[in-house]
Amino acid sequence: MISRRERAAWGFVAPSLIAIAIFFVIPVVSSLLLSLTDFDIYALADLGNMRFVGLQNYERLLTNPLFWQAMKNTVWFSVLGVPLAIGASLAAAVILNARTIKWRPVWRVMFFAPYVTTLVATAVLWNYLLHTRYGVINWALTSVGLPAVDWLGNPDTSIPAILIFVVWKIFGYNMLIFLAVLQTVPDDLYEAARIDGAGPWARFTNVTLPAIAPTLLLVSIISVAGFFQLFAEPYVMTQGGPAQSTVTVLYFMYEEGFKWWNLGSASAVAFILFLCIFAVTMVQLAVSRRLGGDHT
Amino acid sequence: MKPRVILLNVGVALIGLIVLFPLLWMLSVSFMSTGEAAVFPPPLLPGRWTLEHYRDLFVNQGMGRYMWNSFALATLATGLALAFTVPAGYAFAKLTFKGRDRLFQLLIGALVIPAQIGTLPLFLMLKSIGLVNTYAGALVPWLASIFGLFLVRQYALSIPDEMLEAARIDGASEGQIFRRIVLPTLTPILVTLGLFVFLGSWNDFLWPLIILTDQSNYTLPVALAALSREHVQDIELMMAGAVITVAPVLILFLALQRFYIRGMLAGSVKG
Repeated sequence: MISRRERAAWGFVAPSLIAIAIFFVIPVVSSLLLSLTDFDIYALADLGNMRFVGLQNYERLLTNPLFWQAMKNTVWFSVLGVPLAIGASLAAAVILNARTIKWRPVWRVMFFAPYVTTLVATAVLWNYLLHTRYGVINWALTSVGLPAVDWLGNPDTSIPAILIFVVWKIFGYNMLIFLAVLQTVPDDLYEAARIDGAGPWARFTNVTLPAIAPTLLLVSIISVAGFFQLFAEPYVMTQGGPAQSTVTVLYFMYEEGFKWWNLGSASAVAFILFLCIFAVTMVQLAVSRRLGGDHT
Repeated sequence: MKPRVILLNVGVALIGLIVLFPLLWMLSVSFMSTGEAAVFPPPLLPGRWTLEHYRDLFVNQGMGRYMWNSFALATLATGLALAFTVPAGYAFAKLTFKGRDRLFQLLIGALVIPAQIGTLPLFLMLKSIGLVNTYAGALVPWLASIFGLFLVRQYALSIPDEMLEAARIDGASEGQIFRRIVLPTLTPILVTLGLFVFLGSWNDFLWPLIILTDQSNYTLPVALAALSREHVQDIELMMAGAVITVAPVLILFLALQRFYIRGMLAGSVKG
């Protein structure tokens, strides 16, 4: 009893839905199942070697110091990186939104350009910019009298060093989003605030911030999820070192799965990663509801 | 008032310089002769301009092969992603079928699940059907783009229903309506989505790293990462490799930036 039009509609959506089911839904669900098995290199050769082990992978992970190190590093990447990246995006957007800026379209595209570059290529590039002896960054530091830093060779500076690169690469993305929202704020609001005697900072906190609050929340949720999934940066720049200071959760998953072929255990890592992202998102939503309530 | 305006513009130009400097330095170093960049203070321009590293990459390091892989995969991914998501996005916006809204809610909910979660089972699935180390295996994730479907749907919502109804009254089939009316209307978002997928595929790293195991199938990012482990000391060679990898996407973006930025804002601000 399906009408011709409905049959056509199913014809339009079926290929896409089938692809999503096979290549997205099934893998994600199997990931959970796989994490309850001891699937390893022997099972890869012969499925008969796979056993159901319950939560053993999770128990073993929770007692693995390298897993905790990866969790800790990932949290540091996010805790430092999210405010840094969003702060840079917001600052750039506020500056570019000033009416007296010339050639705004040129700057917009220029600031955004690093975002579309190939991550691996620019990571290699920044490896050299951050080079201890020949790097441009240390040259700049020493030429103003500051000491040279062993950026990628010291466990204390390796995370900040990678973050400098990441912020450079991605800040343009959120900048464009902030800029689009800022342009919807009527100039009259700023004018009125100015007449009331509000300085630049007061105008920012009383006019700009409330206008972008919902966007800020959305952007921070997406950013946290992004920073939780850092992989290529440590893979290319530090291989997780020095002293495992840049092993992220996804990097740990990659090594566990595709270097040691412990696919069961690696799936457990993937699932924990998902739970973490999900939990942080929920907390952010709850906090914003409590803080903002009425205007979000 | 006047000095503040000047200060603001100088400030923006300074940020611009900081943002652009790494890319310009990369280009400059790629033309330096071997070992020239490994001195302190780092030179900004080549003493003697040379193309030897580009020649080395294409003649000895198989860069042409990797470039072809990247190009072929990105092109195929773009075509396939459009073929799969565009009709579906349109149907979710403009055609009614049972369970449509519930299905769409589910898809939106699934957007919060990072695709990386399914990486390992997907690898095993493809291994069991012999697609590891093939183009097909590398392309598979691009077929299942919920984001693309969502993007097309948002845009297709603005197609006036009257236009579709008029065509139906004239006796056009749904397929004809899609080809003759819908597709031309959707052209801007097709360019946007195509650009997203092309750049996404070209820049992708984790999945090709896992699925393309044989060196002859490497894409540029995978090859570059492998090369950088062997040739850490060869700054000039590596920068030439980085230029080859980055230049095509950067040029493509600059040429089509309007489509890219408009689509990006449509996907995030309104969504």
